[in-house]
Amino acid sequence: MFRRIEPGTPEQSPTVSFEGRQIAFRPGDSLAAALLAAGISALRQSPVDASPRAPYCMMGVCFECLVEIDGRQNQQACLTPAQDGMVVHRQTGARQLP
Amino acid sequence: MTYDLVVVGGGLIGAAIAWGASRTGASVALLDEGDVAYRASRGNFGLIWLQGKGVGKPAYMHWSLRAGRLWKDLTEELHAATGLDTGWRQTGGLHFCFSEAELDKRRDVLARTRADGGEITMKFLDRAGLRDLVPGIGPQVVGASFSPEDSHVSPLYLLRALQQALQDGGGSYQPGTTVAEIRPEAGGFAVATPSGPVHGRRIVLAAGLGSARLAPQLGLSMPVEPERGQIVVTERVRPCFPYAANCLRQTAEGSFLFGSSHEEVGFDDGTQVTTAADLCATALRVLPGLEAVGVVRFWGSLRVMTPDGLPIYEESSRYPGAFAATCHSGVTLASVHAFDIGPAVAAGILPAAVASFGSGRFDVQAH
Repeated sequence: MFRRIEPGTPEQSPTVSFEGRQIAFRPGDSLAAALLAAGISALRQSPVDASPRAPYCMMGVCFECLVEIDGRQNQQACLTPAQDGMVVHRQTGARQLP
Repeated sequence: MTYDLVVVGGGLIGAAIAWGASRTGASVALLDEGDVAYRASRGNFGLIWLQGKGVGKPAYMHWSLRAGRLWKDLTEELHAATGLDTGWRQTGGLHFCFSEAELDKRRDVLARTRADGGEITMKFLDRAGLRDLVPGIGPQVVGASFSPEDSHVSPLYLLRALQQALQDGGGSYQPGTTVAEIRPEAGGFAVATPSGPVHGRRIVLAAGLGSARLAPQLGLSMPVEPERGQIVVTERVRPCFPYAANCLRQTAEGSFLFGSSHEEVGFDDGTQVTTAADLCATALRVLPGLEAVGVVRFWGSLRVMTPDGLPIYEESSRYPGAFAATCHSGVTLASVHAFDIGPAVAAGILPAAVASFGSGRFDVQAH
């Protein structure tokens, strides 16, 4: 659905892992932007009706882009700069207490 | 037309009284000012809290116990009338204690409640007993008092259900209706509003902090003052803490609420981050696992406080048929406002149970 303005991802790109899949990104990408550019839009499952949700506002107010990053639940992917080696999972339903 | 009853104030008290009067056959108009009002009903915590309520004030204690025991009926009747679930859950309530001295105080509360004839079910839990109910309990909690009669509810769904039930039953809900003046007239009262006068044979003032200004026009006295409470709300968490408690609760949707402060700051309904931090700190002492959970917002809201903290219910002696009602427990007392006060004011006589709650108790006798 999304296409980068400058096509191609440089070689030796850093990567994040999303649900076990390696996703290359460009330094400076937010995690949400990196995932959208890789064609992944369903980042979480709503705790209300379990429907899939995609990043929407991309500026930190809608909370539609919640993911689990390195074991931390309910993190906003649009406000988190992607970093090499991050392990990311979908946020499925409401978070749990540790 | 002339309504049987006009209720001024569309919060929890006014809406409960209006619906309660309407369901016994009265024609009712409920006048709701709008968001310029302070709207205590939209900022509160949502406890129906019976343990320790009205200690040393038996009439208030018995009134509150009666209210608590009518909540099942209230929930069922509102659901039958509207199909809405107010989120009421009678899970029991925990008052957490951080020292033996605090536990002793709770034991004293129970003894004094019993001494005044309050037959409330209440027990004490030590750390081991508490861990069975709340596995994640913090190490600083030494115990708790627990009453299975305490419960909690979404105050917003409750308000919506009351207003909806009134309208579904043929009552008139009139939003955006600021009341400028109330005038006694032949056969009742005329209420001046921006869209013209509303006429009623009887009238109830349930306008919260706004009642102080309107009451003298009806020969009533409502010496109410604001007391600010702040509440913190977290992101949603998978349900893990079903109980009502003195400093936190988890809503049906999963958010935790931490509350609530008691501040004398006049009509300032703003927030202070230091107060929010204190509320969070107390919640973390109870459930340390909450440290990982994000706060999404916090707010301030103004309680409607009388000089002694007890409700006021009274009828004007100068203008019979004019009533006033206020309290700071609009959630807990919603059931008795609907089932007792509503039908009573529609019929023109207050119930004996509230005879001691007139504002005359604040008058100083001069000799």
